[in-house]
Amino acid sequence: MNLRNHDVFSGTPAMPNGSGAAAILAAGIGSFALSVLAIAGDRSVLVKGILVFYKPTGVLSGVCTTAILIWLLAWGILEGRWRKRTVAAGRVIAVALALLGLSLLLTFPPIADLI
Amino acid sequence: MEITSRALWTLIHGMGFGTLYLLACSGALVELYRLATSSTPSDSAPGQGRFLKAYLIAMVVLAWAAVLSGAYVIYPWYRATPPPGAGDLSMFPQRLLLSNSTTVGWHSVGMEWKEHVAWLAPISITMVAFVFTRYGLDLRNHRQLRAAVLAFALCSFVAAGIAGFFGAMINKYAPVQGGATMQLSAGGEK
Repeated sequence: MNLRNHDVFSGTPAMPNGSGAAAILAAGIGSFALSVLAIAGDRSVLVKGILVFYKPTGVLSGVCTTAILIWLLAWGILEGRWRKRTVAAGRVIAVALALLGLSLLLTFPPIADLI
Repeated sequence: MEITSRALWTLIHGMGFGTLYLLACSGALVELYRLATSSTPSDSAPGQGRFLKAYLIAMVVLAWAAVLSGAYVIYPWYRATPPPGAGDLSMFPQRLLLSNSTTVGWHSVGMEWKEHVAWLAPISITMVAFVFTRYGLDLRNHRQLRAAVLAFALCSFVAAGIAGFFGAMINKYAPVQGGATMQLSAGGEK
């Protein structure tokens, strides 16, 4: 759809919201995956060993690489499914923001240590 | 006046990429907020939309450069293990912080938080840049997407701020040192 030919101020969207919702939810999933992997790598010796992708950086290398892969994979799948659709953005965004908020909390060591 | 190669990398990571990103974040937040709240065409011309796209893409580059240089260049120097029985820990910042009860928190809370929360910044701002690039000024017609984009941009700013604060403080108490020394200028006696 050509946005240049569309009145962007009309209040009527020129594009469905699916692509944006997919990117937003994927970012929430990727952020949450990062915080969960960070906790798992800290708690489990087995996971810690698996997540050392680059020895000088240690477990952080596996945590961030795996989280990025999960984020991109989730984004690709959601984009493929929702790109041409209009989705219930309110619900999707609420889940994404909840995941983002949890990620911020779970990366904070005193909170992560409670789990 | 001289600087070591490791100190220079720390400077590039923190001052070059990190601080510039934080500065850019404040501008992006203002512009995204303005886009989200204004309702008349005169407030936002297509040229401004193109500028914001380029601005956000530059922020994405800065954010990824900051976390990648931090994790793969500086962090290995920070967490280097000293040889058994080493008395001087100045070349091993993590061990130096852990060796004193007054500085241990800078590692156990500061670095442990910084090394993970920092990654939320590039993930969030990449999404923000993608959504703005995809929708452009049509984003104005998607109220919920707009609000989410603004929230993620704010989170990106907070995450980068936390990482920047702890990075600066940790480097104050246990600076990353070593590497080749570069002479910046020959100091004369006063």
